[in-house]
Amino acid sequence: MVHPLPSGTRDVLPQEAAELRQIGDALREVFLARGYGEIHTPALEYEEVMARGDLDRLPPAFRLFDEHGNTLILRTEMTTPIARVVASRYADASLPLRFCYQATCYRAVRPQRGQSRELVQTGVELIGSPAPTGTAEVLSVLVEALAACGLRRFRVGVGDASFYPKLMATLGVPEGIGAGLHATLGRRDLVALEERVRAADLPEPAARLLIAAPQLRGDISLLERLEGEVREAAEGLLRLAELLEGPVLERLIFDLGLVREIGYYTGAVFEVYDPALGQPLGGGGRYDDLLARFGRPLPAVGFALNLEGLHIALAGEERGER
Amino acid sequence: MTALGGLRLAIPRGTLFGPTLALLDRLGLDTAELRTNERRLLFPELGVITMRPSDVPTYVEAGAADLGITGRDVLLEQSQLDSRHGRQIYELLDLGYGRATMVLASPAAGEDPAALALRRLGVVRVATKYPRIATYHMERTGRQAEIVEVKGSVELAAAVGLAEAIVDLTATGRTLAENNLVVREEIAVCTARLIANPVSYRLKAAAIDRLVERLRKDLEDGPEDRADLGSPA
Repeated sequence: MVHPLPSGTRDVLPQEAAELRQIGDALREVFLARGYGEIHTPALEYEEVMARGDLDRLPPAFRLFDEHGNTLILRTEMTTPIARVVASRYADASLPLRFCYQATCYRAVRPQRGQSRELVQTGVELIGSPAPTGTAEVLSVLVEALAACGLRRFRVGVGDASFYPKLMATLGVPEGIGAGLHATLGRRDLVALEERVRAADLPEPAARLLIAAPQLRGDISLLERLEGEVREAAEGLLRLAELLEGPVLERLIFDLGLVREIGYYTGAVFEVYDPALGQPLGGGGRYDDLLARFGRPLPAVGFALNLEGLHIALAGEERGER
Repeated sequence: MTALGGLRLAIPRGTLFGPTLALLDRLGLDTAELRTNERRLLFPELGVITMRPSDVPTYVEAGAADLGITGRDVLLEQSQLDSRHGRQIYELLDLGYGRATMVLASPAAGEDPAALALRRLGVVRVATKYPRIATYHMERTGRQAEIVEVKGSVELAAAVGLAEAIVDLTATGRTLAENNLVVREEIAVCTARLIANPVSYRLKAAAIDRLVERLRKDLEDGPEDRADLGSPA
């Protein structure tokens, strides 16, 4: 007799569980060695707490009421709960603060796409360390952790959430048009981006840059070759790259068009890729405004990896997929 | 290394197949086998796989193909309108061919039955192969609609009263006219698009950019009349 499970959830049996634990342990070992203390928070949070993050882009799968009528949600990510912890429990602590976690998160899914409502995320948050120092540290932890869990062919895409807005400001794009262009880039629709830029009737060199610059992606030599307004807007990435060492740098793909969909990112953004998986394994970035929403304005940066995605990529690499 | 630079390209069978093969010819691929063997789906020597147009985004999103060619109608239906529910793919290039318009059409005789239904019954029945485009269009224009999904010839639905209107793709309007339907509203212009997997877009950036550059050049050099190729009736 087969008993049903809530859609988007599943059981993990011993062999898979053992393999997942091995990956999680390898990651945690790196996090702890780099000074990131493990933290647990409740799976349930008040909706108003999670709403200070980005519930619009990471919609919750489950909402419920407690006996007093408060709306609770099963957490959609761990960055916002950790921001809450820092504001309430570390009000006077010396900075920076370093936390790591492995936690089950719950998200609404797109219909009929076989996505999980329940997913295990593992990652770190570095709070109180501004760009570019903090960003460089977290990128180095990310690369070390991915290598430690046995992944060989991964790359980390690095972009800057403020790059395109800065470029548009320098080129004198009116604000009303700029918001639309940025949203179109976020939808990864480069055809519509070009159409919108052309329709905005901007002077020629500016229009060409607005179309071409977000398509630039490549290794460090790409950043070094940048000129003029584009170089100016990529200043943050150039300063970050100066702090990165060879083993980290050679894993990076600098991507001037990378826009993470989550709304709280303010500066550098990351995505993790592996040729064995068609979608990113995780990502992160700087969120310098989020802590202020909890009354404790602090610069912060972090990343989260999808444990199941890592497992699929590792298995794919072992099978020698393209 | 193939003419596609080692990339795997998913191409659509159906109306876009002919002009897509012509495009591949111009890129220097030998498409003879693609043209003659209708049952074969995989052409590893070319880096090409063939499938129905609506499957192309699925293969590309999963990374089973690095790149794909499909109609904008397919992309719109699979909801590029809304990034939260949209496919995680890049739309790289408008290839220009397969040009057609997504329209709302209804029977030509007498008063527009769609308008009549809305006025008297408060809701219009719209038959379509594109339920999401139709739903989005009716919602955006503030009209209540009952969307009737059909898989085959949608013109029939309006002709026999299954629905008061249809949403469908038309290039020449000939099929609509033959079934006594007239275009009431144009929803979107659709052409063939080049799409990319987001991971391939980064990990195979150089090969993808080279191919896009050659396709752009081909579009600039191309004869004007090419836009008419591969359009549905």
